[in-house]
Amino acid sequence: MLDVRGHPNRLGLWGWLGGGRWGTDRYLYTLHRLTGLGLLGYFVLHIIVTSSRAFGQQAWEQAMARVSGPLFLIGEYLVFIAFAFHAINGIRLVLIELGIGVGKPIEPVYPYRTSLDVQRPLAVGAVLLAAVLAVVGGLDFFVWH
Amino acid sequence: MPPALPGARPDFIQDIAMTNGNSEHVTYRVKHFDPDRDQAPRWQEYRIASSAGMTVLEGLWQLKETQAPGLAWRASCRMGVCGSCGMWINGKARLACNTQIAELESSFVTVAPLPNFDIVRDLVPDLTPMFDAHTVVLPFLIRSDRAEQESPTVEYHQSREELERYLQFSYCIKCGCCMAACPTFATDALYSGPMPLTQAQRYNSDSRDDGFGQRKTVLAGTAGPWRCHYAGECSRVCPKGVDPAKAIQLMKRELVLDFLRLRRHSRPTDLVEKPEGIKRRPDIPEAPARTV
Ligand code: SF4
Ligand code: SF4
Ligand code: FES
Repeated sequence: MLDVRGHPNRLGLWGWLGGGRWGTDRYLYTLHRLTGLGLLGYFVLHIIVTSSRAFGQQAWEQAMARVSGPLFLIGEYLVFIAFAFHAINGIRLVLIELGIGVGKPIEPVYPYRTSLDVQRPLAVGAVLLAAVLAVVGGLDFFVWH
Repeated sequence: MPPALPGARPDFIQDIAMTNGNSEHVTYRVKHFDPDRDQAPRWQEYRIASSAGMTVLEGLWQLKETQAPGLAWRASCRMGVCGSCGMWINGKARLACNTQIAELESSFVTVAPLPNFDIVRDLVPDLTPMFDAHTVVLPFLIRSDRAEQESPTVEYHQSREELERYLQFSYCIKCGCCMAACPTFATDALYSGPMPLTQAQRYNSDSRDDGFGQRKTVLAGTAGPWRCHYAGECSRVCPKGVDPAKAIQLMKRELVLDFLRLRRHSRPTDLVEKPEGIKRRPDIPEAPARTV
């Protein structure tokens, strides 16, 4: 067989973030992954802060004092937005992965209509719902609270 | 305006050649890589004349004839059928023969080999990983009547509805554009990728096939469809409307149903009964002798 000494050309993370003319769903994909990582980061931080309770009341109060203040409030709000998007988009993905909303196989006739077009209302609905949650959350964080 | 070349199209056709007020010349930015000389790929620019309806592939031929005789790429049919000429053209995976320069709406044509595959030379990607993954998913009819498959005596029965369950996925020309566009394949070399998975679904949903159980061992593993998170880029770039993203989601549903033991297992379709007392019309010649 031909021995090929090829030059590596895998896009890597650039494949998620840039380097091409991507469609909307690609950005939802990237946002889903980034918000997932953000939530994971928050989860780790949350465990560290709350575990300080095991070292007595003083340690707990110190830890809580360290994570209060306007910067942390904004940070928590960003976590909430990430949660709203990740949860609702996650439900959309679960539906899609069960074959709901992607349509049946069709004979491809140009111009092609793909499952992306069929599930578009789901994607738009998910983003709108996440935006509504973000606004209501914002009011709760900064106005009603 | 430069003088018309011998055999060039009439002026009025050349006038409508370029859209958006572009000149009649375009600049090709081409990625070069010579494994014997270069440490890394390099870009080179060329200016070429372009005309109405000219494809990116025709531009490459012109380049080779006039300015870059050593430039290498793959192409064969020039009509979007063979799947050889997948390239990264102006930031998107496309077939060079199926992409007109005018539709790029730019006076720059940037051409690179399909990413996510090693570069063999210039615009030639090494598609071996894709074809290896394709082989692993057993992309052929699997049935127990081996003798009939080897030496068919009659046809297998298949209704129009049964055909439509996989027809779309069978239009794939294995060009690799979907693999170059997939963000999961961009970071995960273990993922089979959209083309092989679509072909697995093509055979899984064929009423003549009985191979779901065998393919499942690959598909339910780490190389399978659970790596896909529906970025949909594969379906957006596929030049044949195969819609790999759809095939992969339908496959996930089948795997979930199978896991829950809710998947309907239907027997592969039977042979069509051999018609009796039928004679070949004398004006229809005998089928040629088998060669394999
Ligand atoms: S699914 Fe489409 S893009 Fe992918 S290899 Fe087949 S024809 Fe090419
Ligand atoms: S839908 Fe799946 S296979 Fe297609 S590009 Fe997205 S992640 Fe890749
Ligand atoms: S040359 Fe055959 S698909 Fe482009």
